Amino acid sequence: MDHLFTAATFTGYTYPNETVFAWGVLIVVYPYLTGLVAGAFTISSMYQVFGMQRFKPVAHFALLTSLCCMIFVPTPLLLHLGHPERAFNAVFTPHWSSAMAMFGYFAGFYVILLMLESWFVFRPYAVGQAQLRKGLLGLFYRVVTLGSYDVSDEAMRYDRKWIFALSIIGFPAAIGLHGYVGFLFGSLKSREWWSSDLMPVIFLFSAIISGAALLIILYVLSCKLRKVPIDVECVKGIGYTLWGFLMFALLLEGVEFANLVYKGREGIDIILQFVSTRLLIPFFVLQFGVGAVMPLIILSYMFWRGTAGKKLVAGVTASACLVLFNVLMMRFNVVIGGQEIAKTGKGLLVFPWEIFGREGVLAAASVLFAPFLLLLVAVRLFPPWEDHPNALSH
Amino acid sequence: MDEEEKLGKQQVARRAFLGCLGGAVAGSAITVTAGAVLPKQALAAVATTGNAARAPVVTNHAPSKPKWAFGVDATKCIGCLRCVEACKLENEVALDAHHFRTWVERYVYLDGEDEPRIDSQADPVNIAASGSEAKYRFANRYRDAKVDKAFFIPKLCNHCTHPACVQVCPTGATFQTEDGVVVIDHTYCIGCQYCVQACPYGARFFNAEKRVTDKCTWCYHRITKGLQPACVEVCPVGARVFGDRNDKQSPISQFLANNRVAVLKPETGNAPNVFYVGIDKDVS
Repeated sequence: MDHLFTAATFTGYTYPNETVFAWGVLIVVYPYLTGLVAGAFTISSMYQVFGMQRFKPVAHFALLTSLCCMIFVPTPLLLHLGHPERAFNAVFTPHWSSAMAMFGYFAGFYVILLMLESWFVFRPYAVGQAQLRKGLLGLFYRVVTLGSYDVSDEAMRYDRKWIFALSIIGFPAAIGLHGYVGFLFGSLKSREWWSSDLMPVIFLFSAIISGAALLIILYVLSCKLRKVPIDVECVKGIGYTLWGFLMFALLLEGVEFANLVYKGREGIDIILQFVSTRLLIPFFVLQFGVGAVMPLIILSYMFWRGTAGKKLVAGVTASACLVLFNVLMMRFNVVIGGQEIAKTGKGLLVFPWEIFGREGVLAAASVLFAPFLLLLVAVRLFPPWEDHPNALSH
Repeated sequence: MDEEEKLGKQQVARRAFLGCLGGAVAGSAITVTAGAVLPKQALAAVATTGNAARAPVVTNHAPSKPKWAFGVDATKCIGCLRCVEACKLENEVALDAHHFRTWVERYVYLDGEDEPRIDSQADPVNIAASGSEAKYRFANRYRDAKVDKAFFIPKLCNHCTHPACVQVCPTGATFQTEDGVVVIDHTYCIGCQYCVQACPYGARFFNAEKRVTDKCTWCYHRITKGLQPACVEVCPVGARVFGDRNDKQSPISQFLANNRVAVLKPETGNAPNVFYVGIDKDVS
């Protein structure tokens, strides 16, 4: 018989069925990607909605990043499903009391919104290219324009209205999308580790910091690759955003854990045993210490000392890397950590790592990196850079 | 026979024929409805019977009438695990130590210890004792210890009145039948396992072969034919009781009337329909 499942080892007492983990690393990637979508869109909205000019250099890039990540958000779920071919059952015959049934609608709505906004943003560029280029690429741009070649001032004003409206809708939608992902976990009463009213808010703040961190890294990386000077003010702006939201995220996560311990409800003993042994390094050291406290200290120090120039860029980028790691660890500690605590409240399981296979680490890593390959192509087709010679976007 | 009498007989015959036809139509309608509601297994059981005359009278089952419930008298359980074996065979559950529709837990309080030592038949020590994951026995692992108190607790799906699993199912593939049984439509389940996560009792598992979730159905294919669930049927000590709460004379009604019962994890608000006698504070 084929290899059907990998059973987990355990200590203490766990229900026999719990020894097969229901959700693996793919379900870690799912909220991570969704968070990047929401966070990147938030940064884009800083310019598009709130008109903050220092975010302008990354506004369109953030939109493209958000779109590329969003396209891949359903992938980990589809790979995880026992019957992916039945995925649309949840869309066509949704069970309204299920939070998960809403995913198809939320995701569908958001992909359309992002595509629409991207279309308006890059339409002038596409029009220019459609008139300039021949061959397959020319055909591609002609298709992308959808026959709308009007780039007059009036048309541009009309486009801008749409972009503004879509951003206004998209911003709360992005917030809602990720709050919803937190609700998926927080609303389950079967696990003390998940069952928290704070979960949607924690997911939301961690989403914003992950998106901001990602944009810092991608922006700095893109400037290096394109050999153009980095807009330090822009990096500083996202750095401030990261700093501010990181404080909220850290505080909320800390408060949630304190609540759990302080209330000390049934099952707290096993949770304390878990966090003080196996979760000590992933939770306290990596997620809290390295991933949250350290970047907070670095950023605070730099902003306090008024660090500028290359040093600031280096410090902010390093902090961003740590924050991205923090959020990944947070997703991992929630999704996998939650399942490692037995529902009996009397045992602990050890997650059985799988490298290959449909739900293995390789598959999850591929899903995680796929959006960035798409982004690499997307930025070539639709350069989101202000300084691009043919830049003709909003 | 005069014409009038002849006409009368013809009308009676026609009425009888129409009656039969109506019955047949109603019967097939019920079967079709059942097809939508019953687990595939139940239908397969009907289909494979072959001989129509001997086929169980499924169509007599009116889901609106009974209100099924399950009782466990833990004071009677001897941990023989025949229930586990019967369930595995009856419901074609994977014969390994990680997939169970029902299982038995053993709680042992050793002298000088406050917390119980808990294991089930799936514990590696017990599997080593039985020699195979497909054979079930409790190893005599406390032979040399001084035991203060010990008991067995049979577990199964609680078929809750407010099932968290049904609430979270994105497609409605898992649902509550009118007679109060929580079942899964294996032809509609997408295998997301959200229900597995939502169940506080660990009653659900992923059927790796069919790639859908699975769990105890109280042997819905049996109870709708007037039979007892397999685990109840084989229990040698009557620790498992099943029946219709609407029938005051049924074993479960008697069980509930004559005992002070408890349910597992009442704080979840799931309102289980498996009622226990003889559980302890450490049982969850």
